[in-house]
Amino acid sequence: MRAWNLIKIYTVLVYIFMFAPVAVVLLLAFNSSQFGGFPIEGFSLRWFAKLFENEAIMRAFETSLILGVLTAFFATTLGILASLALVRYKVPGKEWITTLLISPVLVPETVLAVGLLIFLRWLSMPRSFAVLLLGHTMIALPFVVLVVQARLVGIRKEYEEAARSLGANPLQTFFQVTLPLLMPAVFAGALFAFTISFDNITATIFWRPAGSETVPTQIFGMLRNSVSPEINALGFVMIVITVGVPLMAGGLARYFARKR
Amino acid sequence: MAKATAFDPRPWYLLSPALLAIAFLVIAPICFILVYSFYINVDLGVDEVAFQFGNWQDLLTDSYYHNAIWKTFRMAVIVTVLAAFLGYIPAYFIAHTNFRRKWLLLLLLILPFWVSFIIRTMSWIHIMGNQGAINGVLIWLGLTDEPISMMYNEFAVIVGFIHVFLPYMILNVYVSLEGIDRNLEPAARTLGCTPWQAFREVTLPLSLPGLAAGSLLVFVLTAGSYVTPIILGGPNDFLFGNLIYDAVVSELNWPMGATLSFTLLFLLGIVVVIYSRFMGLNQLYKALS
Repeated sequence: MRAWNLIKIYTVLVYIFMFAPVAVVLLLAFNSSQFGGFPIEGFSLRWFAKLFENEAIMRAFETSLILGVLTAFFATTLGILASLALVRYKVPGKEWITTLLISPVLVPETVLAVGLLIFLRWLSMPRSFAVLLLGHTMIALPFVVLVVQARLVGIRKEYEEAARSLGANPLQTFFQVTLPLLMPAVFAGALFAFTISFDNITATIFWRPAGSETVPTQIFGMLRNSVSPEINALGFVMIVITVGVPLMAGGLARYFARKR
Repeated sequence: MAKATAFDPRPWYLLSPALLAIAFLVIAPICFILVYSFYINVDLGVDEVAFQFGNWQDLLTDSYYHNAIWKTFRMAVIVTVLAAFLGYIPAYFIAHTNFRRKWLLLLLLILPFWVSFIIRTMSWIHIMGNQGAINGVLIWLGLTDEPISMMYNEFAVIVGFIHVFLPYMILNVYVSLEGIDRNLEPAARTLGCTPWQAFREVTLPLSLPGLAAGSLLVFVLTAGSYVTPIILGGPNDFLFGNLIYDAVVSELNWPMGATLSFTLLFLLGIVVVIYSRFMGLNQLYKALS
């Protein structure tokens, strides 16, 4: 049992290691000091006010949000279609196709980023928002495919066959039977894709159109000088969005599931 | 396999958008990387179509590049080994605990994936920097007058990497530990094993697939990074990815950027192939979803 206690303490320490730095950012966001670090001089919301007055950051926020939502939409749509084909039909070379769909995870992101840029260069196309969107969609696609596929395997084919035999056409069957059953995975996949896009920096630095920033690249640029207190406030807002929204969605889903 | 079944085009309609996207956004670009690596860089952002091996010759003869490859390999190995040691025990705890709120521990493990990578990396400046928490405590305790410099060196980069990649390791090991029959360890104990022996000869070997999948992910992700060294490292703490970043973003030397990118892809490709020979990629898919 002594060994077990050691394991317990060790685990707690690892969890502290994972969360203490994040907690410090959340804490420092409310520091009234004009420097981004310690010591804490007092409680203040002024850095949040400063944040909302900063036009560059607000513009980056808008770009990131739109990009994230569109990425979630496209990646989820492509992912559902591909998963349906792979799970519901006999496709020759299924293993190969799956590996191909997963390939963006296996190739280092830096290589993906440079490759797409070189391809664009060969096509003489400038970098644009559309390129960024396509790129993010590709990076998010594997995760959506894996999540949706896992769920689809668990939905019995009999439901769809019953709908078909009762006279529904394939589209009706999909929208009225398969999709509602698939909804949890669709939400999870979309949320996943949004977070991946909202958080991406490695490839985005390469792909962003000239003069355009997303929140992570904006922070990256600001870090070059020093850690300004504004970045802490921005970090706070980002964490609330990317952690708070999924947690709330999950919590609400549980709440409603219990009510029913 | 019945040969008589006619070709069914329907799945291909469904697959075509995703496959087209992969073809144009992954396959074609990688081919172009290879083609561009033979071009000549004339000036800033200007290159000439050619078929010559100048870039490859530079890569193979210039010790600057060899040094970067070695440094990257070393860093990836250090981060992977440390992540394995740090991550195995928590995974074991989560898998074996009787704690009623186990779901909370798992949720906390997934939570970091949702916290922005750049914020998590930056947060170490608040911990180890001159105005960071550690120096703040040391000065407050009167142990030192001047802040101790801990940032912008290799150690800070290692810490930053482990912080970001550790959850991958823990999750992979956990998935694999969770799949082991709970009766095996007690069985080994009744047959006379000490607890440590039972762990070493039963549980550890059975959890190796998860440990291997986690290690592969951490290794490949570390070796392909360039952002963490820029934020947490000093001028000498660059990785191979930083050379690519410099070539493409700063020097606009596309042919060399292409050569370096293809090299990185090739070297990490070897690692993935070796892994999949022994383990297969299924374990990886399982962990990713």
